[in-house]
Amino acid sequence: MEKSEDSMMIKLENVNKYFGDLHVLKDVNLEVKEGEKLVIIGPSGSGKSTTVRCMNYLETPTSGHVYLDGEELTHKNKTRLVRDTTSMVFQQFNLYPHMTVLKNLTLAPIKLHHKSKKEAEELAYHYLDVVGLTDKAHVYPDTLSGGQQQRIAIARALCTQTKIILFDEPTSALDPETIQEVLDVMIKLAHEENITMVVVTHEMGFARQVADRVIFMADGQILEEAPPEEFFDHPQNERVQQFLGKIIRK
Amino acid sequence: MAQLFSASAWNKIWTFRAVFIQGLGTTALTALFGLLLALAIGIVLGLFATGGLKPLRIIARVYVEVVQNTPLLLQMCFLYYALAFSGFSLGIIRTGILALGIYHGAYVSEVIRAGIEAIPRGQFDAAASQGFGYIQKMYYIILPQSIKIILPPMVNQVVNLIKNTSCLYIVGGADLISATYNFVTGESTGGAYAPAYLVSGLLFFLVCCPLSSLASMWEISLKQRESRTKKTRRHSERMA
Repeated sequence: MEKSEDSMMIKLENVNKYFGDLHVLKDVNLEVKEGEKLVIIGPSGSGKSTTVRCMNYLETPTSGHVYLDGEELTHKNKTRLVRDTTSMVFQQFNLYPHMTVLKNLTLAPIKLHHKSKKEAEELAYHYLDVVGLTDKAHVYPDTLSGGQQQRIAIARALCTQTKIILFDEPTSALDPETIQEVLDVMIKLAHEENITMVVVTHEMGFARQVADRVIFMADGQILEEAPPEEFFDHPQNERVQQFLGKIIRK
Repeated sequence: MAQLFSASAWNKIWTFRAVFIQGLGTTALTALFGLLLALAIGIVLGLFATGGLKPLRIIARVYVEVVQNTPLLLQMCFLYYALAFSGFSLGIIRTGILALGIYHGAYVSEVIRAGIEAIPRGQFDAAASQGFGYIQKMYYIILPQSIKIILPPMVNQVVNLIKNTSCLYIVGGADLISATYNFVTGESTGGAYAPAYLVSGLLFFLVCCPLSSLASMWEISLKQRESRTKKTRRHSERMA
C-alpha cells in the first residue's frame, strides 16, 4: 500500500533537542514510510537514541515537530498516540521484573487495548511462538538469559500490535553468543510482518540484510541517507567512510 | 524498687485495669486514623516529589522540610491551643489524629519518594513507551516494585506513630501514656509507679513488636524469593 508523501508513518520536522547547553539534535528532518525498515547507525553520542526516543516522546523535542501516522505528537496526545502507534525495544530489555513473562505480554493489551484476558493470552502465546519461547510463559524475567529477555521484550512490543516498533540498540547489552538469536527474531519480523521498524544498531550485517534505508548520524545531524548497498559499498560522506573503515577493521 | 514486689501496688493496677485498656484503646484509635491520614498525605506528596511538575515538587519539599524540622509537640500544641483560641476547637482525639497524620505524613512521603526513586529509569520508559498514563504506570508497574523497598521503613513509621500518641499528653489526652501518668499521680490511684509504667510499656511492646516482626518476616521472604529466582537462573544457564 503506497502512502502519499504527507501521510508518512513517522515524520520528524526540524527537530532540535538540548540537554542543558548540549545541542544533541540539530534540525533533524526524517521521514519513514509505512512498512519501511530504517536502520540508524553512528558513533556513540551522535544523537541516534535521542532521535528514536523523540519518536515516542520519551524525549520531548526542544523545538520542531514529530508526526506519527499523520498526526502531530504533542504533550497533550502523547499517551494515546504513542499507545496506538508505537512500541519500543530497549537496550536493557526493561521487562517488568515483578510479573511473569505472560503478564508482561498481556498487561498493556488488557489494560490499554481493552482485550479480554483470553484474547490477550492467545496473542501472547502467538508471539511467544514467533520468538521461540512458548515454554517460558510462566517464569519471571530475571530467570532468563539476556538474549531470552530481549526476545520476550520483542514479543511484548508485538503484543500491542502497533504499526511502528522502535529498537534502541537492542543487542548492545547482550553477550556475543546471544546476539544472533535476537537478530534472527528481528530478521524474521522484517520479512514476515508489515511493521515499520526503526532500528538503532551497530550490527552492520543486520543493517545490510534487512534495511530498506540506512541513516548515518554524527554530532546530532544526519550525514548520510541511502539504501544499504549504496551506503556500505559507496558511502559519499567522509565521516561515514571513516566510521565504516573502523567498524570493518574490527 | 520495693514497689516492684509490692502486692498491693500490683493489686491496684489489676483493680484499675480498665484505665489501661481504655488508654490503649484511645492510643490504637488515634494511631489508626493518624496512620490513614499519614498514608494519604505521604502517598500524595511522595508522588508530587517524584512527578514531573516542578510546582508540585516544591510543595512536597516545603511541606516535608517544615514538618520534619519542627517538633511534633509544637505542632500538636498549635493545632490544639492556637486553633482553639481562634475559635476552631478540634477536640483532643481529632487534634491527635490530625497532628500525627501531618507529622508522619512527611516521613511517609520521604519513604515513598525513596522507594519510587530506587526503581530504574528503564521501567518508567518501558511503561511510557507502551502508552501507560501516569496513574496506571505507578499502579501497575512502579509501586508494586517499590513495595519491598518501602515496607521496612514504613513499618518503622507505623511503630513510631503508635509511640508518638504519647505526645497527646501535652493537650491532656486520654491515650495510654496520659492515662498511665494520670493513674500514678491520681489522688485515689496514685503511687504504683513502677508496676504502672511496666504494664504500660508492656502494652506498647505487645502492639509494636508483632508489627516489626511481621515486617522483617515479609522482608526476609521477599529476599528469599529473589535469591531463589537467581538460583533458578544460574541453574537454567548451566543447563543451556
